[in-house]
Amino acid sequence: MSDATLVTEVSRDRVAVASQWQLIWWAFRRHKLAMIALFVTLALYIVALVPGFFAINDPVKQNARSTFHPPQVVHFVDRSEGWDFGLYFRPMKLSRDPETLAAIFKEDPAKKVPIRFFGRGYEYSVLGLFRTDIHLLASSDPKQPLYLFGADRLGRDVYSRVVQGAQVSLSIGLVGVSLSLFLGIVLGGISGYYGGRIDFVIQRVIEFVLALPTIPIWLALAAALPQNWPATLQYMMITIILSLTGWAQLARVVRGRFLSLRSEEFVAAARLDGVPERRIIFRHMLPSFASHIIASVTLAVPAMILAETSLSFLGLGLQPPTISWGVLLREAQNIRSIATAPWLFLPGGAVVLAVMALNLLGDGLRDAADPYNK
Amino acid sequence: MLRFIAKRVLWMIPSLFGVSFLAFVLIQLPPGDYVTTYVATLASSNEIVDQNAAAQLRERFGLDQPMIVQYAKWVWGIVTRGDFGLSFEWQQPVSGLIWERMALTLVLAVASLIVTWAIALPIGVYSAVRKYSIGDYAFTVFSFLGLSIPSFLLALVLMYIAAVEFGQSVDGLFSPEYENAAWSIGKMVDLLQHLWLPVIILAVSSTASLIRVMRANMLDELPKPYVTTARAKGLSERRLLLKYPMRIALNPFISTIAWLLPNLISGSVVVAIVLNLPTAAPMLLQSLMAQDMYLAGAFVLLICALTLIGSLISDILLALVDPRIRLE
Repeated sequence: MSDATLVTEVSRDRVAVASQWQLIWWAFRRHKLAMIALFVTLALYIVALVPGFFAINDPVKQNARSTFHPPQVVHFVDRSEGWDFGLYFRPMKLSRDPETLAAIFKEDPAKKVPIRFFGRGYEYSVLGLFRTDIHLLASSDPKQPLYLFGADRLGRDVYSRVVQGAQVSLSIGLVGVSLSLFLGIVLGGISGYYGGRIDFVIQRVIEFVLALPTIPIWLALAAALPQNWPATLQYMMITIILSLTGWAQLARVVRGRFLSLRSEEFVAAARLDGVPERRIIFRHMLPSFASHIIASVTLAVPAMILAETSLSFLGLGLQPPTISWGVLLREAQNIRSIATAPWLFLPGGAVVLAVMALNLLGDGLRDAADPYNK
Repeated sequence: MLRFIAKRVLWMIPSLFGVSFLAFVLIQLPPGDYVTTYVATLASSNEIVDQNAAAQLRERFGLDQPMIVQYAKWVWGIVTRGDFGLSFEWQQPVSGLIWERMALTLVLAVASLIVTWAIALPIGVYSAVRKYSIGDYAFTVFSFLGLSIPSFLLALVLMYIAAVEFGQSVDGLFSPEYENAAWSIGKMVDLLQHLWLPVIILAVSSTASLIRVMRANMLDELPKPYVTTARAKGLSERRLLLKYPMRIALNPFISTIAWLLPNLISGSVVVAIVLNLPTAAPMLLQSLMAQDMYLAGAFVLLICALTLIGSLISDILLALVDPRIRLE
């Protein structure tokens, strides 16, 4: 964005004294789509932080009577006896087709179950700190569960499972990217700052890693994990596997930035002033490209999320009973179950939403962080 | 130029050794070996294998030797005889199993690459020239959607639509009558009739990202003085676009071979498994699960080789197209 357009929003003297981060924020704010993406991303991560609060039913509770229960519609206005406002749903009645014995769910027009805000439901733990049973939405009748996204093969609530799965799927992206960022900054930084022989070696390693076809390597690594490991260990291993191939891309970016900054005058000046190397790197060089790195990282998170989803979908990533979006999509694997219950695709919708929001956010950040962007 | 190519080809040799060793180590990583898996399968169908028989099997397959010896023997076989070892599960030489599947994998990847280019190039140019038009916004939305949908989900949804709406199955690459038939014109036609769906699924995400790249590059080139000069001299808008800025903006297209080809091959793994395609992927997955190490190792090695060749081709093409790029 040029100065002229900034002036319309912020007075010129404020631009002159604004910090780099301030300028980036102003540029970012003008990008409508990216702002929406920012809010969606924040909302998703809030859900991932306390999934229990946003869930309606216990995500692991099975219910034989609601196998493949279709999604229910939430009504707002009841016209049966005049005008009555308030969220409610009509429970569905289960009957059997006399010939095929297939389950038929039908809305019962006589019954009406109100939905309560901050009502009570199953007990869950908040960040491992304390336990509570208050939920954002709750059915007022515990015998009549609300299936917002329908139920799966075992009668578990798909909506609550999607909400619960956000925790694993979204955090795996962050943890994995932090790991690759660490590797990328250390190796890319060494490579770009020192140059010479060490640069040559690290460059060859990066090229080698980039030339590896990621998915077959992931498959091989993931197949090596024993399936009976505890969930947390599995989670850690999958993130490590994903970041093993992800760091090379970041290392390349960091190296490129270091190389171009190394010849800048302010770095030469600092060196001539006798500033120690560590301080040159962390105090003078790192802040200059931090914004660029943040944008690259934001764009790397959705790739990790997609990778986890694909691996778990193939049965090589996280294993049930761990709930992640990839694990949930395994339910949609065979054509017969999705033909009877198309709502099993809905976890895929969550994946698309999260990945799209993060992509748009990263794109907006990249544009905003680029000082030459017009 | 020739020196550059020779150097790169020579450089590929240690890379391939590295990759093949890595593949070998990876496959050996799980506890146990193929015989363990085999015994477990037999045990689940109530057949009991005594320790002696298991040890004999191990000896026959050479599994009792240290890993480095196994690796050396395997590589020696490949280098000297083109022999990729024996697939334990299929009880057949690996080389007899993989070539047709690798060829189909390559066909799929190259077809997707061509489709990607054919769609992304004109749309990218259009989006840049008509920046912020309705069409540009529509394509932007499309490309972000395309980037966000996992390919296997797209494959599942299309399978669902085909099955529920049209009542036909779209998996596989051949009709049943051609599946085991020898290659003929009829089989080729049949392949082409089945190929379009996986090709489109694979092309969606790469098209989406390439549109963004092309648009950004064109936008960088369009305001440059040489474009204004050409316009001032009265060149028609169409010729001007094709002759100058597009040529420069084309660079990323060529350098994409380096990452697009491995991406397509990688991406095709999940799609191929969902759509049950007779490409390398489903067999690779199966062999990894069963610790059928020579088969899995051969696949990983060949896929990596393809990747390395892809990046070599793109480097050569890049040098041919853009004289500013110096090869040292």
